[in-house]
Amino acid sequence: MSLTAFLSMGGYAEFVWPSYAVVLTVLVWNVIAARRSHRRAAEEARRRLQISGTQS
Amino acid sequence: MSGTSSLAAGQLLFQRDLRLAWRRWDQVTDPLVFFLMVTTLFPLSLSPELSRLRDVAPGVLWVAALLSSLLAADSLLKSDAQDGTLEQYVLSGQPLTLLLLAKTAAHWILSGLPLVLISPLVASALGVPGHALGVVMMSLVLGTLTLSLIGAIGAALTIGLRRGSLLLALLVLPLAMPLLIFGARAVELAIIGEAAAGPLYLLTAMLVLSMTLAPLTAAAAVRISID
Amino acid sequence: MWTWFHKLSSPPHFYRVAGKMVPWFAWPAALLIVAALVGGLVLAPRDYQQGDAYRIMYVHAPSAWMSLMVYVVMAVSAAIGLIWRIKLAHAVAAGCAPIGATFTFAALATGALWGQPMWGTWWVWDARLTSELILLFLYLGYIALRSAIDDPQRADRASAVLAIVGVINVPIIHYSVVWWNTLHQAPSVTKMGAPTISLPMLIPLLMMLLGFTLYFVAVLLTRVRGEVLRRERNAGWIREGLAQ
Repeated sequence: MSLTAFLSMGGYAEFVWPSYAVVLTVLVWNVIAARRSHRRAAEEARRRLQISGTQS
Repeated sequence: MSGTSSLAAGQLLFQRDLRLAWRRWDQVTDPLVFFLMVTTLFPLSLSPELSRLRDVAPGVLWVAALLSSLLAADSLLKSDAQDGTLEQYVLSGQPLTLLLLAKTAAHWILSGLPLVLISPLVASALGVPGHALGVVMMSLVLGTLTLSLIGAIGAALTIGLRRGSLLLALLVLPLAMPLLIFGARAVELAIIGEAAAGPLYLLTAMLVLSMTLAPLTAAAAVRISID
Repeated sequence: MWTWFHKLSSPPHFYRVAGKMVPWFAWPAALLIVAALVGGLVLAPRDYQQGDAYRIMYVHAPSAWMSLMVYVVMAVSAAIGLIWRIKLAHAVAAGCAPIGATFTFAALATGALWGQPMWGTWWVWDARLTSELILLFLYLGYIALRSAIDDPQRADRASAVLAIVGVINVPIIHYSVVWWNTLHQAPSVTKMGAPTISLPMLIPLLMMLLGFTLYFVAVLLTRVRGEVLRRERNAGWIREGLAQ
């Protein structure tokens, strides 16, 4: 099957590819957001440790 | 207050809320006026033709009733929370579930019942034929009762929060959507002369479910919110 | 077994164990999803009635399944947190919400994109689509309630009540196509007896489902680790925990 035939998805390309794009975006976003959330929490925790360290 | 039976306590609370509302009349009229204004918006914006209004009447009536209930739900616990009375209810040793049921009942009489009573007038103005008005009132009785009960949960969860009224609406709306669907459907069926028993039974089922579970849930939510 | 479970609910232990477990879920998930994509887009045969448009199913059905499953996980952990007062359970519930909301959105969007060419409409207010939309609003309401409450304990417990109240929607969504006459098609995989879908079409679907589930665990563990760090404000274990 040629690449163009594959991409056209039997004429339904304008529905199939956006669907896959939406889901791929969701998958990518969740990973990025979760990692960012963890990273921010770790930074905050480090900062708090530094502050309490200098206070002791 | 020792030795007061729970039932008597509930009754006292019910009467107290009604008496208080007598002095703060706007709590009653605000939702009612809102209901009237919202239903008036549609003939003004869509078309004054009764035949066209008739088509949208079920939806308009029910959306207006829903929005009005959301507006009213905010006042269920607000004043009691602000002056510390709510804490007294929790500490009183009386079952909080029953007290909240009593408050919700009084609240419905003040906010839901007026809607039901004026609905035939509003429905006729929207082109609903006379033979369907009974179903309109029946569906709204069931619906507004359930909305008051669900609204109590939302009110209990959002006590004291900034922009709590907006959040309350956001929380209650998803839970109220099935009511909206079946209530409007009942009126729709009645208008075209078909039996509306199916949706009305479902509305009744939802009411029974809410009556048994909502005050309990609201009591748990009150305890969480003010602890 | 209970001692293991009890140990796991201790934040420092959970933080360490979860950190090690993430790659064990993430990599198999990635492999399964890629394999399912290849299987679904390339290898699976064209459908007799729907042509290549049916391939949307390979992302639509798993997304919808995830939207429901994640909500159940959220509601169950919220209930555990509420009943047994385990803070970690509340953290799990909080972590589920954004994941579930995005999957619900994906299910609705891919459903609309599938519905237009196949059934001639982007949207219809039937029982399944409407209740899935309600699910999205429930997720958003949960997130809104959490962010509106400053006190973490009240936020945990209030949102737990909300999550539990909303769980009634899940069986409604699942059985809506059985109870009502809807535009959405009836179940073809989870019904009793053999699935009515052919094997070469079924396999990529099952792979995608499994891949999504493993992916969910990996993402959830990452989020909960962040939650744990945020909640254990002054605990000494954090110093060592972060060093790893």
